[in-house]
Amino acid sequence: MLAKIAKKCFPRSLWVYHCNSGACNGCDIEILNILTPYYDVERFGIKLVGSPRHADVMLLSGAVTRPTLPLVKRAFAAMPGPKLVFGIGSCAVGGGCWFDTYNVTGGGATAVPVNYYVPGCPPRPEAIIYGVALALGLVDKKAAPVELKQVEFPIDVYERNKAWEERNVIYEVLNK
Amino acid sequence: MWLASKIKQVLMVMKPGVVTLKYPFEPRPAPENFRGAPHWDHTKCIGCAGCAEHCPARTIMVRDLCQEIRVLLYDGSRCTYCGRCAEVCPEKAIVMTPRFEQATDDRNDITENLELFMLTCQRCGRCYDMETTSAIDKLGLTGYRYDSLEARTVIRKATDSFRPKELEATERYERPGKTGD
Repeated sequence: MLAKIAKKCFPRSLWVYHCNSGACNGCDIEILNILTPYYDVERFGIKLVGSPRHADVMLLSGAVTRPTLPLVKRAFAAMPGPKLVFGIGSCAVGGGCWFDTYNVTGGGATAVPVNYYVPGCPPRPEAIIYGVALALGLVDKKAAPVELKQVEFPIDVYERNKAWEERNVIYEVLNK
Repeated sequence: MWLASKIKQVLMVMKPGVVTLKYPFEPRPAPENFRGAPHWDHTKCIGCAGCAEHCPARTIMVRDLCQEIRVLLYDGSRCTYCGRCAEVCPEKAIVMTPRFEQATDDRNDITENLELFMLTCQRCGRCYDMETTSAIDKLGLTGYRYDSLEARTVIRKATDSFRPKELEATERYERPGKTGD
């Protein structure tokens, strides 16, 4: 759904603004890595710009620390709409190891509405390209929630009710 | 003259060839020993919660619904893929898969929910007293655990130090608000 909207809103080149909100520089190096000829995201028309006023997409890296929180909000407000925000790395997605420390607000979602999450510490350059391609609608989403159960427990309520109903029909017939 | 230099440039460019990967259209597997998303084998897991105890980012939450059912929730959104859980698992039930294409627009997509059936000891109710004492056996928390699965928060208390009022507060637990807004 979001991919469709993104494809409609951004039919041409995406200009990305790289916003570091207190990252350890690992994710930033990976973001710069995808601009190298080896990965070359300019195939998709993605270009790194220096100002949020020129950008369509904000690549947010780092758990949003307390000093950078108002700055991140201002940078997001300066971007013209429609705009997307990518959380790059575990810190931007959910706060990483520092999700409940005193000086960290706990992930990019607390400061700005994050549209796409790219987990990893740091994410591989391929993972970032995959996330951007997901937003552009080039690839399908592979992540899905997993639910595993060791045993079905307790006794299946549906079967028990059905058995009770079957028995109850006999009583109804007898009572008539 | 200028044409010769241009031809020389073209030859120089052609020598290395095309190095750009065709990544999103062609698969590119992760290298060997790459640590991607962890995966739980629910048939091997004994529910010792050692992984939850040792997780640096506290992504693994444990909640005892009743005596027999223990829910183990892995919230991959803040996982740093350090592999500590796979290292500490006594049953080798956790493997670090080479999956890295975890990008998603919904944080619930990168969670893993395990419902474990816990055997009960006839005498004491829950725990077996291990004869050997290793680091895993000396886990800090014994008894029932009440991490908040809704708020995705680890609550570092177990039945040893739990009172009913605290349990009620746990149900509605929220992270304390942060300054700087």
